[in-house]
Amino acid sequence: MLNPDLKLNQKLFDQDVEVKPTRAGYGEGLLELGKKNPDVVALSADLTESTYAHLFAEKYPERFFQCGVAEQNMAAISAGLGVSGKIPFMSSYATFSPGKNWETIRTTIIYNNSNVKIAGHHAGIMTGPDGATHQATEDIAITRSWPNVKILVPCDSMEGKKATIKAAEINGPVYLRFTRDKTPIITTDETPFEMGKIQTFWNSENPVATIFATGYMLFYALLAAKELEQEGTNVLVANVSTIKPLDEEAIIALAKNTKAFVTVEDHQVMGGLGGTIAEFAAKNIPTPMEFIGLQDTFAESGAPKELIEKYGMGKDSIKQAVRNVMKRKS
Amino acid sequence: MIYVLDDVKLKDLRLKANEIRQLIIETLVEAGSGHSGGPLGMADIFTSFYFHILNHDTKNPAWEDRDRLVLSNGHICPVQYATMALAGYFPIDELKTLRKINSRLQGHPHRTSLPGLETTSGPLGEGLSQAIGIALAGKLDKKNYRVYCLTSDGEHEEGNTWEAAMFAAKNKLNNLIQVIDRNYIQIDGTTENVMPLDPLIEKYKSFNWNAIEIDGNDIKSFIDAVEKAKMVTDKPTIIIAKTIPGKGVSFMENDYHWHGKPPNKEEAEKAISELKDIGKQLT
Repeated sequence: MLNPDLKLNQKLFDQDVEVKPTRAGYGEGLLELGKKNPDVVALSADLTESTYAHLFAEKYPERFFQCGVAEQNMAAISAGLGVSGKIPFMSSYATFSPGKNWETIRTTIIYNNSNVKIAGHHAGIMTGPDGATHQATEDIAITRSWPNVKILVPCDSMEGKKATIKAAEINGPVYLRFTRDKTPIITTDETPFEMGKIQTFWNSENPVATIFATGYMLFYALLAAKELEQEGTNVLVANVSTIKPLDEEAIIALAKNTKAFVTVEDHQVMGGLGGTIAEFAAKNIPTPMEFIGLQDTFAESGAPKELIEKYGMGKDSIKQAVRNVMKRKS
Repeated sequence: MIYVLDDVKLKDLRLKANEIRQLIIETLVEAGSGHSGGPLGMADIFTSFYFHILNHDTKNPAWEDRDRLVLSNGHICPVQYATMALAGYFPIDELKTLRKINSRLQGHPHRTSLPGLETTSGPLGEGLSQAIGIALAGKLDKKNYRVYCLTSDGEHEEGNTWEAAMFAAKNKLNNLIQVIDRNYIQIDGTTENVMPLDPLIEKYKSFNWNAIEIDGNDIKSFIDAVEKAKMVTDKPTIIIAKTIPGKGVSFMENDYHWHGKPPNKEEAEKAISELKDIGKQLT
């Protein structure tokens, strides 16, 4: 069942569940920050509306900087603002930022310890019809390997708003990952958000595996857990909204409790959520694992739901991964 | 603050530049790697900044109203380190630690390692954008500080430099003054062979910058150009400083082979002796 302590959306499994893109939470969070903190500034590289930065830009034009199609320039300008007392939020599509401008961010923001928040939008194959050029499926891997960065991947627009606001409170570089399509609202206003904490969203008696999910894929993990429970297989579902720093204590506790892991992400399985947990578990508490995500391939154009099925990332694939990992338990 | 540039001051600046060149040679030979040509060529400009132009406080490097000097072509940092040491940011003896383990003087400048550095640089084409960010913050905060950004001609092959040039002009950043070290050399040869950049002044004018060209080894011309740039109200300024790479050391001058290597012990002795002779002529 949904963890009652977290005050999650009780209509989550209804047909008419409210849906909204996680990127909308970015826009709402940024707008609220604009009101609260005069040092918050925003930058965009000709993708202002689709990254929802327009909400801030319209209200606070003097604190918004249009960079044009120039992601490297946007990153290094942000770096300069960030070492001068400002809290810049720079947004573009994740394939371009932190993709195209990766080294600029590495040198001028991360190594330079500038207080910049990097918002990568249109992450994952759920970007859909635009095709693989615009589907960022490596961004967690390329940002996670940086020292001195925090990585937040909200599961819904509500958490997206909270993560955005939280990012401004952190002194130092933060990468925020957002997605394009509308997805179910899983959390509520009252759901606590704490950076660096894994939260168990789905509880069960005597669980046989833990499903870790990040981003909107959490919804598919919850659907799988619900069906598995009806079929007599009890699992836990954990929301990993912070990829870095990793909640190591929670992983040890969940490994001891369930002794089997499945990871679920809209990202390459290499270097993403699965890789993150596997690296930690292999050293500290070796646990059989299965990995749901993009399996070392590019995706293609298509409707997000079609792509998720075709690339083996949907509810049924997650259920199968649970059955597979159970067979590997010693 | 008003700085008077009379003959006495000019002579003092020239002597300081000569002293900095000697420190650069000593630092490079001790380090065993690093760049010679650019640092020697830029010694007059760094001297002008740290001993005349900049509004700064060596004892309070984070003073919020200070002018900012952003070095984009980080590989010429030996000249910045030598000048900062002579100006009093840190002990001159510390120059011996350049490029060595546990040093604050990283092979390319790292902001958080050494107080007084405004940015982290080395990868080319990123400094002008960072300087823009600092200039924007100054405008937002209604501060009067100026941002001086030092760039190289070679790094104008990076597209990012031109992205920044467009942005600065669009935003009328008159508190931003770029100084390009136009020495016509880069690692693989002369700039005009690797990738022609001339006519540079016309390029910048067409990008809506105020552009001035001067002899970058002439301290008075350079300081006069900065004074003119300060008068501009609606544009960023670029000062195209034509410098002689390796300036002051006969066998290094204008030879691109000295762009990226240090002198050995014998070469260093010869270089120091030549520089000392030049110093004597100045007094």
